[in-house]
Amino acid sequence: MTTVLEVRDLRVVFGGVTAVDGVSFSVDDGQLLGLIGPNGAGKTTVMRSITGIVRPTSGNILLDGQRVTGLPIHRRMRRGLALSQQLVRPFREMSVIENVAFAAGYRKTGNPLKSLVTFDWTQERARATELLAMVEISSYADADTGSVPLGVLKRLEVARALALDPKVLLLDEPLAGLNSNEAVTLGDTIKRLNGDGLTVVLIEHNLGEVMRICPRLVVLDNGRKIGDGPAQEVMADPDVRAAYLGTGAGGSHAAA
Amino acid sequence: MEDLLNAYDMSLIRTAAVMVIMALSLNLITGFCGQISLGHAAFMGVGAYTSVVLSINGVDFILGTLAGMALAGILGILVGLTSLRVRHDFLAITTMGIVFLFSGIVEQSSFLGDTDGLSGYPHPAYGDFAYMVMTILLAIAVMLLSIYIRRSWMGATFKSIGDDEDTARILGIDVSLYKLAAFVMGTSLAGLAGSLYAHQTTIIQAENFGFIESITVLSMVVFGGVGSIAGVTVAAIVLTLLPLWSQFIGDYKLLFYGGLLFLMMRFAPYGLAGIVVRLQRLVFRRTGDTG
Ligand SMILES: Nc1ncnc2c1ncn2[C@@H]1O[C@H](COP(=O)(O)OP(=O)(O)O)[C@@H](O)[C@H]1O
Ligand SMILES: [Mg+2]
Repeated sequence: MTTVLEVRDLRVVFGGVTAVDGVSFSVDDGQLLGLIGPNGAGKTTVMRSITGIVRPTSGNILLDGQRVTGLPIHRRMRRGLALSQQLVRPFREMSVIENVAFAAGYRKTGNPLKSLVTFDWTQERARATELLAMVEISSYADADTGSVPLGVLKRLEVARALALDPKVLLLDEPLAGLNSNEAVTLGDTIKRLNGDGLTVVLIEHNLGEVMRICPRLVVLDNGRKIGDGPAQEVMADPDVRAAYLGTGAGGSHAAA
Repeated sequence: MEDLLNAYDMSLIRTAAVMVIMALSLNLITGFCGQISLGHAAFMGVGAYTSVVLSINGVDFILGTLAGMALAGILGILVGLTSLRVRHDFLAITTMGIVFLFSGIVEQSSFLGDTDGLSGYPHPAYGDFAYMVMTILLAIAVMLLSIYIRRSWMGATFKSIGDDEDTARILGIDVSLYKLAAFVMGTSLAGLAGSLYAHQTTIIQAENFGFIESITVLSMVVFGGVGSIAGVTVAAIVLTLLPLWSQFIGDYKLLFYGGLLFLMMRFAPYGLAGIVVRLQRLVFRRTGDTG
């Protein structure tokens, strides 16, 4: 197994608050890793450090064995990352399908000069149509992003990330805002994409879905890594249960 | 045709055409790409002064104009580079600084005529009518260029940056490079407008390219509907002619344009284009109800 993504001794301090405190883990090619932990544990900050939105105080991020810590966001994304954000950020001036088609045009937007002489959207629209079907929001394709429910926007985020044809897909709570049927379906889709070879890092609060689809877990608490390994083993660890679930609890949804 | 228009009419039309180019050039930066600029007239000034100084030194009008566009574009890149480091509110202040820097430099430079300005420079030998036709054709060309850009993938990318640049970055967009592209295109076209302006009048002074003029151009973009090519064109024509017709507006330009800017942003953020769209919806809903 080759390592595609490595987080090495990552520390992030915001003002006086240490959000991430020396976290290391690596993700192998084709893995589906669940990154879990209570609210405020630092999960989102780790993901934002991987993409470059957040500048780490110290530590490194490696993609395919190469340090990308100093690279701007867009260059990291073009090396095969894609992010579906916890707080949805659709382009408000584009319809649902245009959001995805625009992302799918990443080959056309890589160079401003090339983008100035390129007009065709046929392939991108076709790809966007496919992706909207995959996350089951086809019926909203031409809707204004201001007029659709959160559950649709969450799946739009996922479709837009997939449109970049990533090697490593980062998902920050993609199931939040979805009803349980929708969550199971999207969980299945994520699992299937992973089965087809896509590497996935999944932050998720819906523990039932996490346990169902993630073979491996990394657990954060208070900015520190407190668990890392096969999902069942990690969840059986007393430290993890104490910190994350509260002693002895075993419900399918984590208390925040 | 030539006989139907007197010299005054022709000067109005030329001025309006130049302002259409100016407003559309700012629309590339502010409308398409979401980057505010309160100093756009300075780039017009760079184009005007470059082309006038060159024509005084015997350089052909077309070459002088191209040189003015190039210099304005280069300065545009420099301002664009500083804009990459700052967010919206600070960009407003930075770009405002450009007009004061421009007039400061011009008014201290004897070869630019310092506070007296430059006058008595040679004009292209086309004659008033041909010159007017040329400015109109160039204004139309800039409109077509705007439409072309809007429809290209660059236009879509500008739109994404104007909408949410952080998200554009996450989709792999080199936001800085695209902003620079918008600045270089917008400021070199302002340089074109400057050269055209200079050669249809007899004197240029730093104050022709100052803060008031920058606000005037911005209010054209906002009044027309930020980003709307047709709206901005109409607004540029109307707002150029109004102060020439009304002594009052002419006397209180800053008040008029500043007030207009405020009112539009407050009550009609999508400008004329937005008002037209709203009216269309109203009409269509009516006909839909009855039919
Ligand atoms: N931009 C920021 N500025 C200041 N503090 C932040 C910022 N982002 C996150 N934090 C803080 O860092 C900690 C970790 O947050 P986050 O990574 O969002 O946790 P999680 O995603 O696990 O819920 C929290 O205490 C949060 O308040
Ligand atoms: Mg989070």
